[in-house]
Order: sequence, then structure tokens, then C-alpha cells
Amino acid sequence: SQQVRGMATLKMISIRLKSVKNIQKITQSMKMVSAAKYTKAERELKLARPYGIGAQEFYKKAEVKDEEGEKGQLIIAVSSDRGLCGAVHSSIGRIVKTDIAANPNTKVVIVGDKVRNILQRLYAKNIAMVVTEVGRKPAVFGDAALVAQSIINSGIEFSKGKILFNAFRTVVSFRTTEMPLYSQNAVANASKLPVYDSLDSDVIQSYTEFSLASLLFYSMKENATSEQSSRMTAMDNASKNAGEMIDKLTMTFNRTRQAVITRELIEIITGAAALETKN
Amino acid sequence: MERMALTRSALRLFSGRFTQACQVRGYADAPSMSLTFAAPSQVLYNNISVKQIDVPSFSGSFGILPAHVPTLAVLKPGVVTVFENDGSTKKFFVSSGTVTINEDSTVQLLAEEAVPVDTLDISAAKELLAQSQSQLASASSEVAKAEAEISIEVSEALVKACE
Repeated sequence: SQQVRGMATLKMISIRLKSVKNIQKITQSMKMVSAAKYTKAERELKLARPYGIGAQEFYKKAEVKDEEGEKGQLIIAVSSDRGLCGAVHSSIGRIVKTDIAANPNTKVVIVGDKVRNILQRLYAKNIAMVVTEVGRKPAVFGDAALVAQSIINSGIEFSKGKILFNAFRTVVSFRTTEMPLYSQNAVANASKLPVYDSLDSDVIQSYTEFSLASLLFYSMKENATSEQSSRMTAMDNASKNAGEMIDKLTMTFNRTRQAVITRELIEIITGAAALETKN
Repeated sequence: MERMALTRSALRLFSGRFTQACQVRGYADAPSMSLTFAAPSQVLYNNISVKQIDVPSFSGSFGILPAHVPTLAVLKPGVVTVFENDGSTKKFFVSSGTVTINEDSTVQLLAEEAVPVDTLDISAAKELLAQSQSQLASASSEVAKAEAEISIEVSEALVKACE
């Protein structure tokens, strides 16, 4: 029966070995795919950076500050639908949670399913809108415009706003950053606004709406690059870990195989020796 | 006596340089204007110093020179002309966007789509115009009508830009 057990263990080990090898193949191919998507995303981000940085300039130069008011806070959490990318989604979820805890009058617009899953359990009533089908294809301005239009159409009012996303730093690091969002009232009351000539509410409205789309687009691009690079790293680590497991399992497999053979030999030899001594 | 001579010659030297410097400053005294002209998927100018920019906006087309009064404007479909410091002129067709002129003479021209005018094809533009006009004729809802009107506005500007 010990022999049988040895064989069964051998089979179990070989099944496990095969499955870990398959997993390694999968994680390796996911790494390759992410690497390709990362290269593309980084290229597009480089072209989008001046646009995104330019879109923030007015608010800095005009020294726009958050509106004094009780309309609450709006957070647009930019992420994506797909996982296996390290800490990308959880870092955003964590910050939203701390923010809501500090300021319960907060509405969250979630871009991407993963953050929705993180927030749904405890903060479902703070979720104003969820955008899905994000992350499969690279974002274009039209996508950001669609989200911006939905936010505008929903009539969400806020005194203080921000876009939360993962800014891309290097292939191995990203930083969860926020970009401030200002309401039309905040812009109208900016300290340096009188410096700006011939502005009417129409112009301010169009400007802030276009700004929202532009800033959203920029945050989507940054987040996409961070996500792909993070996934690349995560899959690379997973492949390495799988490789280590394969080495260990192979070692165990060989040892078990040798033990089974040795046991059989011992039994044969003991049996033969017993026969000899009998004779 | 010697000291007087020294100071007099020093003064002459100094004043000569001073008048020369004055002349040079008189010419290129205009503060420079730093332009960032970008679209979501391309960068045309990134903090580049230029002489003048003509932009088509809903509050009228206007030219931006250094030390222009700060303002915000919404872009209309049309041609943006950039006059660079070396004298060359570049024209771009923009579909929509915003232009910001700040106190420190930095200009951010953010266009939704921007293409060099010489890449436009006039026959395609005329076709687009015809298409949009038929779209307007067959539009049923307010939204569809507004979209068709926007389409017409853009294609008319496109055709004008090609001419």
C-alpha cells in the first residue's frame, strides 16, 4: 500500500507541476502583451502630456480656489475594468475611502469596474455614476468627452472636486495623484479672474466643460500607462514565482520517483535474499 | 586730474555701451510669448516662443501678440495661424477647443483636433459639407439637428480653409 501511495503522490505532483507550468506560460504571455500595450500607451501619453498640462495652466495662473459652499465634494476615480495589475486599483480605492471617511458629503464617479467592486460594499450610497468598458482599448478624447458629458448632464453639483488617478513615473513606479476640479462658480470667483478680459458666463461654462473632458482624457492616459507597466511587473513576478515553484516541485517529483524505485528494488532484493536463505 | 580723466573715459565707455544697449532693447523689447498648442494626440508647440497667433473664436477671430490682455476664448472651427520668431508662418485647421492667454504671456491653445492646412483635401471637405447638409434635412430630434449643424459648421470651415 505504501507503493500505491508513492505512485499516487507521484501523480499528484506531476499534475501540480503541469498546472504550474501552464500558469507560467500564461503569465509570461500576459507580460508580453502588457509590454506591447505599455509601449503604445507610453508613446500616446508623451503626446498627450503637453495637452494635459496645458489644460491645468489656467486654473493655476488664475489662482482658482475651491468654492466656499456646502455642496460637497466630487471625486472622479479613474481606473479600469481589468485586474492582475498590482496596486493600481487598490491605491485609488484606499484614497477614496479615506476621503469619504473625512468628508461624508462626497459623491464619487467611478471610471472602471475594479474600483466599483472595492467601494460597493461600504460606500454604495456615495457612488454617483459608474463607467465601464474601460481599459480594453486605449482611450481617445471621445471617450473622455462622453464621460464628461454624462457628468454634466447628471447635474452633479460640488464645491470641491478632484480627479484621482495613477500618474505614470517610470516602468517600475507610478504615483496615485489628484488633479483639482473647479466648479463654474469657483472659476467665476477666482481671485485673478478680473484680469481676464471679456468673459461671460457662456465662455466660462464652455471652458470648464471642455476642461473637464481634457483633464479626464489626460488622467485616463496616465492611468492606462501606469496600469500596463504595473501589470508587466506583476506578471513578471508571477512568472518568476511560478518558476521557483516548478523548480521545487521538480525536485520533489524526482526525489519521490527515486524513492519509489528504491522501495521496489528493496522489496525485490529482500524477497530474493529471503528465497536464497530459505534455499 | 588723472582720476577725472579716468572717470571721463569710463563714462564715455559706459555711455557708449548704454546707448548701444538702448538701441538693441528698443527693437526686441517686446516680451516673448510662450505658446503651447496641443491636441489630445499630438503636440504642435510646447512652450515655444512665437511672435503672433491668429485664432478663430466664437467671440470673433483675433490675433494674439505678446502682452495681449489675459482672456479665455472658445475656438470655432477654422484656421489657426502661427507666426514664428524666424518669420515663417504655419497654418492649422482646428475643429474646436479653448484658448487661454495668461498674465505672464503664456498661451495655451488646446484643440480637439488640429491638422496642418496643407494636409486637407478640398474634395473630401466638399463631400462632407454635402453630407452634413442632407443630415440636417433629415434630422428629426433637436440633438440630431444640433449635431448636423455642428457638422455643417465644421465642413464649411474646412472648405474655406482649403481655398
